[in-house]
Amino acid sequence: MKYYRSHVLVCVDPECLKKGAHEVEDALQDELVAQGLIDEVQVLETSRIGDCANGPELMVYPEGVHYTNLTPNDIPYLVEEHFLKGRIATKFVQEDKKVIDEELSAPTSKEVRVVLRNCGVIDPENIEDYIAEDGYQALGEVLTEYSPEQVIDIVLRSGLRGRGGAGFPTGKKWQFCRASAETPKYVICNADEGDPGAFMNRRVLEGDPHSVLEGMIIGAYAIGSSQGYIYCRAEYPIAVRTLNIAIKQARNMGLLGKNILGSGFDFDIEVRMGAGAFVCGEETALMASIEGRRGEPRPRPPFPAVKGLFMKPSNINNVETYSNIPQIILRGPEWYASMGTEKSKGTKTFALAGDVKHTGLIEVPFGLTLREIIFDVGGGIKDDKEFKAIQTGGPMGGCLPKEYLDLPMDYEELAKAGSIMGSGGLVVMDEGTCMVDIARFFMEFIQDESCGKCTPCRVGTKRMLEILERICDGKGQEGDIETLEMLCEQIRQDSLCGLGQGAPNPVVSTLKHFRDEYEAHIYEKRCPAKVCKSLIRYEIVEGVCTGCTVCARNCPVTAITGERRQTHVIDPDICIRCGICMQVCNFNAIVIK
Amino acid sequence: MTFEQIDSSVIQKSVDEAIQRYGAKQDELIPILSEVNRSIGYLPGEALDEISKQLKLPKSQLFSVASFYRMLSTKPRGRHVIQFCENAPCHIAGGRQVWQALVDELHLEAEENSADGKWSLLTTSCLGICGVGPVMMIDDDIYGNVDPKAVPDILSRYH
Repeated sequence: MKYYRSHVLVCVDPECLKKGAHEVEDALQDELVAQGLIDEVQVLETSRIGDCANGPELMVYPEGVHYTNLTPNDIPYLVEEHFLKGRIATKFVQEDKKVIDEELSAPTSKEVRVVLRNCGVIDPENIEDYIAEDGYQALGEVLTEYSPEQVIDIVLRSGLRGRGGAGFPTGKKWQFCRASAETPKYVICNADEGDPGAFMNRRVLEGDPHSVLEGMIIGAYAIGSSQGYIYCRAEYPIAVRTLNIAIKQARNMGLLGKNILGSGFDFDIEVRMGAGAFVCGEETALMASIEGRRGEPRPRPPFPAVKGLFMKPSNINNVETYSNIPQIILRGPEWYASMGTEKSKGTKTFALAGDVKHTGLIEVPFGLTLREIIFDVGGGIKDDKEFKAIQTGGPMGGCLPKEYLDLPMDYEELAKAGSIMGSGGLVVMDEGTCMVDIARFFMEFIQDESCGKCTPCRVGTKRMLEILERICDGKGQEGDIETLEMLCEQIRQDSLCGLGQGAPNPVVSTLKHFRDEYEAHIYEKRCPAKVCKSLIRYEIVEGVCTGCTVCARNCPVTAITGERRQTHVIDPDICIRCGICMQVCNFNAIVIK
Repeated sequence: MTFEQIDSSVIQKSVDEAIQRYGAKQDELIPILSEVNRSIGYLPGEALDEISKQLKLPKSQLFSVASFYRMLSTKPRGRHVIQFCENAPCHIAGGRQVWQALVDELHLEAEENSADGKWSLLTTSCLGICGVGPVMMIDDDIYGNVDPKAVPDILSRYH
């Protein structure tokens, strides 16, 4: 067999041909012969390099250089530069158009991209791209070399824990489901990523759907299921579309459906959409929703592995959990377990949001500290303001102040600190954030999304929200903090599902770390961060104000009075705290108190 | 009367098509309701009656499901539905000012329809594009990095 040191792919699409691609190819062959290189450099025809508007074009490997706008006359120079002198002939290299991906930038040095490895790199609507990146190779290995028990053992040894938030060991979950005797069994993917600030799953579904499908098929083989569901929230229409395209393409290639890869194993997947209910991310509520009922959780036991969807044994895992499986099979569980901490193995995707310079998706091994994530990977606080707090884990997570910046990301460490890993949303807050307002915010969300089935959550969160709203409105009373603390404890203990049990966390953690802010709101009627509208006043500073009347003329409620060249005054009773006066003042004479 | 009564034949057609597509089974209830909601704009009582008949499910059960999910509505919606994300990450990115701009421009509060039937102003749960907050959706169009000053211009694109 001949070994070439270089391959040249010449595009022969109709548009390139019209521009003379064959003439360029012939000139190339001739020149390579003339230079004695024809045994070292192979010339091949190809299509769809992608830039026919600038054809004729070609790609040279192994460098991966893309040359455009070529004529036969350019070829001698190109061959001399590239193949004889070993230099890229830059005058034919097209400047790549810069595409800014606001969510996913190039990996930073502390990142390890396992789940996100293909996002933004492959075409998610082309299964062949996925296959070219070792896609479905793991499935092939599993179906030809491993028994279901062996697959479960691999997953157990990898230390993979559920990435949806609870962090239950995935291998164990699969074991329980396999052990259940009843059939049929179901494999379910929880793609109801509802945590505000979390969009990792969305990106994987849109950018690398096959990694999820492959993980599900392997899981189905391991537990003995032939039907799977992906429950995807309706707020992700593009993800739903991409998934359906991927499923169709997988079926066409015999990777889904009957007799997968000729192994005799059958498995198919159906996508089900949600209809706008955060609580349907809870596993039993999710299953109720697939069954066509209200998304209300039910008590466990029995667990889904024993009695799940349609009361049959079901395995339900998060998008990210499944997406890790092919890599774990291919590279081995020891590789996966070599990353992370003692109890939290592998990598995790996080979504950085809030007051941080580089918001967006990252993937890091467990063990990295909050400080490293915020300042090294995230670039630090926006506008170089002071860091105040970070909320981890979504609306049922806790807010951690700067004393916790050196906390390593680890399931147990976060729980000890009073927060949770959750799905991976990280909301960074700077000094301009009012922690009471934040707690109120999350409680409002929880109250809105509470399914209403159990009293502690339904009524308890409402009462808590009322108190928090009163406090932010300047009507906080003696005893409010104590009532909040009592409600937190009761709701946590008595709620039926994770939503209710976690609902008090933002309040508990902000009370623990920022109690002084609550007290300032209640006893001093003051908002230290100057956010809560009822507790702030816009004031014009005498001595700085020149009496130019710009603010008075722009005030939408005519709350400002004053003569020309005299210090103006804002009436706090009329002022609606819109901030327009501060924006238009050219002398910085207006401050918030 | 600003919200026109939807014609019965339109309702019948929408329900029939949805049930044809998904099958008359209970576990297809939510896909069916979503499809009808999408085509008519909301779920009129007549639609629920018809679905109840064809799926052989009590109407109370249908109403219980239809009223549970945020994206299903048993009340009429305006011609254009604005869904504004009011969750924490968008809020921190400046969502409050955008919301204020919407309220000022439309003279509506949350969950209200405009008197002329043109707008519904809704808040929504997280749309999952928090990297470009503040975020809002009008019908099927998504707007990210929304500047409060740009709100009147964005709204004027819809007739």
